[in-house]
Amino acid sequence: MVARPVLHGPDITRALRRIAHEVLESRRGEGRLVFLGIPTRGVALAARLQSIVDEIEPGTSSHGALDITLYRDDLARTPTRTPAPTRIPTEGIDDAIVVLVDDVLYSGRTIRAALDALADHGRPRAVRLAVLVDRGHRELPIRADFVGKNLPSSTSERVSVHLDEFDGVDEVVIEP
Amino acid sequence: MTSILVRAAAMLGGGREDLRIRDGEIASRGSLTPERGETVIDADGLVALPGLVDLHTHLREPGFEASETVLTGTRAAAAGGFTAVHAMANTSPVADTAGVVEQVARLGDEHGYATVRPIGAVTVGLAGERLAEIGAMARSRAAVRVFSDDGLCVADPLLMRRALEYVATFGGVIAQHAQEPRLTEGAQMNEGALSGELGLAGWPAVAEEAIIARDVLLAEHVGARLHICHVSTAGSVDIVRWAKARGISVTAEVTPHHLLLTEELARGYDARFKVNPPLRRDEDVHALRAALADGTIDIVATDHAPHPSEAKECAWAEAAFGMVGLESALSVVQHTMIESGMLDWADIARVLSEAPASIGRLDGYDAPLAIGAPAHVTLVDPTAARTWSTSDLRGRSSNTPFAGRVLPGRVMATIHAGALTVSDGEVVDAAELGTKEGD
Amino acid sequence: MKHLLSTRDLDRDTAVRILDIAEEMSRTADRAVRKLPTLRGKTVVNLFFEDSTRTRLSFESAAKRLSADVITFSAKGSSVSKGESLKDTAQTLEAMGADAIVVRHGVSGAAELLAHAGWIDATIVNAGDGTHEHPTQALLDAYTIRSRRFGDDARGRDLAGLRIVIVGDILHSRVARSNVWLLTALGAHVHLVAPRTLLPSGISTWPVTVHESLDDALDTGPDAVMMLRIQSERMHDAYFPSEREYAREWGLTAERATRLGPDTMVMHPGPMNRGLEISSVAADSPASTVLDQVSNGVFVRMAVLYLLVAGESQEES
Repeated sequence: MVARPVLHGPDITRALRRIAHEVLESRRGEGRLVFLGIPTRGVALAARLQSIVDEIEPGTSSHGALDITLYRDDLARTPTRTPAPTRIPTEGIDDAIVVLVDDVLYSGRTIRAALDALADHGRPRAVRLAVLVDRGHRELPIRADFVGKNLPSSTSERVSVHLDEFDGVDEVVIEP
Repeated sequence: MTSILVRAAAMLGGGREDLRIRDGEIASRGSLTPERGETVIDADGLVALPGLVDLHTHLREPGFEASETVLTGTRAAAAGGFTAVHAMANTSPVADTAGVVEQVARLGDEHGYATVRPIGAVTVGLAGERLAEIGAMARSRAAVRVFSDDGLCVADPLLMRRALEYVATFGGVIAQHAQEPRLTEGAQMNEGALSGELGLAGWPAVAEEAIIARDVLLAEHVGARLHICHVSTAGSVDIVRWAKARGISVTAEVTPHHLLLTEELARGYDARFKVNPPLRRDEDVHALRAALADGTIDIVATDHAPHPSEAKECAWAEAAFGMVGLESALSVVQHTMIESGMLDWADIARVLSEAPASIGRLDGYDAPLAIGAPAHVTLVDPTAARTWSTSDLRGRSSNTPFAGRVLPGRVMATIHAGALTVSDGEVVDAAELGTKEGD
Repeated sequence: MKHLLSTRDLDRDTAVRILDIAEEMSRTADRAVRKLPTLRGKTVVNLFFEDSTRTRLSFESAAKRLSADVITFSAKGSSVSKGESLKDTAQTLEAMGADAIVVRHGVSGAAELLAHAGWIDATIVNAGDGTHEHPTQALLDAYTIRSRRFGDDARGRDLAGLRIVIVGDILHSRVARSNVWLLTALGAHVHLVAPRTLLPSGISTWPVTVHESLDDALDTGPDAVMMLRIQSERMHDAYFPSEREYAREWGLTAERATRLGPDTMVMHPGPMNRGLEISSVAADSPASTVLDQVSNGVFVRMAVLYLLVAGESQEES
């Protein structure tokens, strides 16, 4: 019954660095990049990714937060949650390449909600999806463009991402 | 007429005795042997009280038969151990003429469940403008002795003075509903911190006390008899106590609900707790109990006020004032006064029978359960207890404020003028009662 | 939380949470699409027994921005005025599928009755009951104070230490009652100013400071001064002698307005009686939050409807 670490701090840093490079390659030089993290931990990951990108290509990207609470499809089935702040960079998202960032990709329902939410904020040139961990078990036709680590897991297991900003440590663990 | 033998009842101030009732009277007392054909009631463990007398009942007939009728109201009375009720005048038409009061009294006689003594209106149509035909009602076959505009106050001091003087000529009494109208415009509940919080217009204690103070002084001035309906505040008690000490001829009543319930019940806006005068503070409840115990308040009267459910299933300010109380009165008084040790059963007989009969000048209650006296008897089981509910009611309306409360005591038998109106705890059928024909 | 009947039911954390949600709702105002899909498939009924165009429009707008179906039922000229009871009306509306009923009624306790009489299961939102409470008005007032005072840094904050003066007909004001409980729960100090005739009995048991002079209250350096609407019919019931005397003694005159601190907000729930409880100089000054209060009303009501209608009734753990 003990949590099993599958990614440690350096693994996470490496994964993010790789994703940042992949994002820049895929952009092929056109358009500004907006990294929008999905609360809670996606927001910190988006900030980290953007800061890596900014080191490589200064001034071509920004980051923010996109809360999806009010767009969830399971509102009636769960206790009401307080929405987290949505922070869209002042330049907006119209004609930008938006990279949605989340910690774990699972059923795909969160991303579905995020796409709906995004559409209410404007019309990006393209939307990409970056996740730290893809654990499978998709319920919707959604896939990630950039994945830190594919982590086949059982539905009975719980995958937790811990980040320094919230938890004081960077790691990904699987709990039975 | 058949005779009834009540066996082994606990007599007030004495041991257990048998009672034989024949020809509407108490025929004999002591250790008696059953006779052939006699109805025998086993009263072992029951307390024998004189039949209860309510000085303040709303029977609603004529005019508001959807709420209550003389028949349903007197059945409720019998269930509560009452053998006489005084029917308030606020019917439609108002009981302000000899015709209406005679009709109401006759309906009571026809049904036979209780003696119905009509109360006459003080002013025509309860309008507070000119005196009703008080003399005609007094001289009528109904022989009215109590006059009241209850529901409304006789607010005009000059009219009140004249009414007191006028009824004094034949030993009548004015029963005042003490409520200064201007101080209580739109009033919904007791005025205090809670009314302020709930946003309900307040009914200040001073609106009751100011009228009582004025009226005891008027009664003193003209040398007449005054009765105060449903005293509800500690301040009113002080004024009545002062007036009695001064020798003023004033009597006062308290309702069972004011002996038990407080304004806190308004908190949920449940209109079953809306009543006039309103439920007051805990301090008032305790002052009223003490006043009943020390004789400042003379009697308990129900202010039985039936209303159809639609008059209560609505927002507080739109709901009717009033609660039914005949069936529950004795239990509430036992709960508040006997269980607290403030009164004993002999006192109960005084405050619920002898004294109200005396105030109403109702004959037959001055020598309770004496041989030769009219046979008005109530047998109560003081050890019973029940969770009160609307299924314990026998009238037409169900607006009891006591539902859900555990109340002690149960009336097992009521005998009105020698006839059983309640037997084995249930109101007897009209056919069984063998009702008298009206003339 | 199943119903919103009284601000007495709101503790500090719940109140802050509602304001925080309202804050997120307010951000939808600058978006390309202002509507949210949150209450799709839910039905919100506005049941108004009393005319109140601004509150009704505010609730309608809030429900529509959350994509709820909205039915508005104005009792005037309807079956209600023909004797249909509150109970029948409520049961009819629930039979039409109402998930929430927003009720405005002239009688204190009407919302409480609908919530607890056992007639219906729908969520009840009190949009003003008699002289009892008007909880969403108090929430929008608290929201307005918080966002004026703290701006972008408002989220998560309460109103600890702020001094709010409420002036006027406290006795008949549901706005005042709801504000007293809510602002106090949020840590503010509430000061009430009114002629003695317009203070409720038992005011000494309230968690407030009572002043009998408006000038004394203004001298305490309040963060906000909330003027209540005074109804001229009160004059006829002898609560005060004349409009002129009221305006002079208890009104926020131009002269008094100039003495307010630079950051003191001037608030009014509307509609205003200019020249009576508030002068035009005060009402139109930069310190006035009157129009903010109107727009914030929509966000706060969106937050309340979201919280009560969207999810299961139990709270997030």
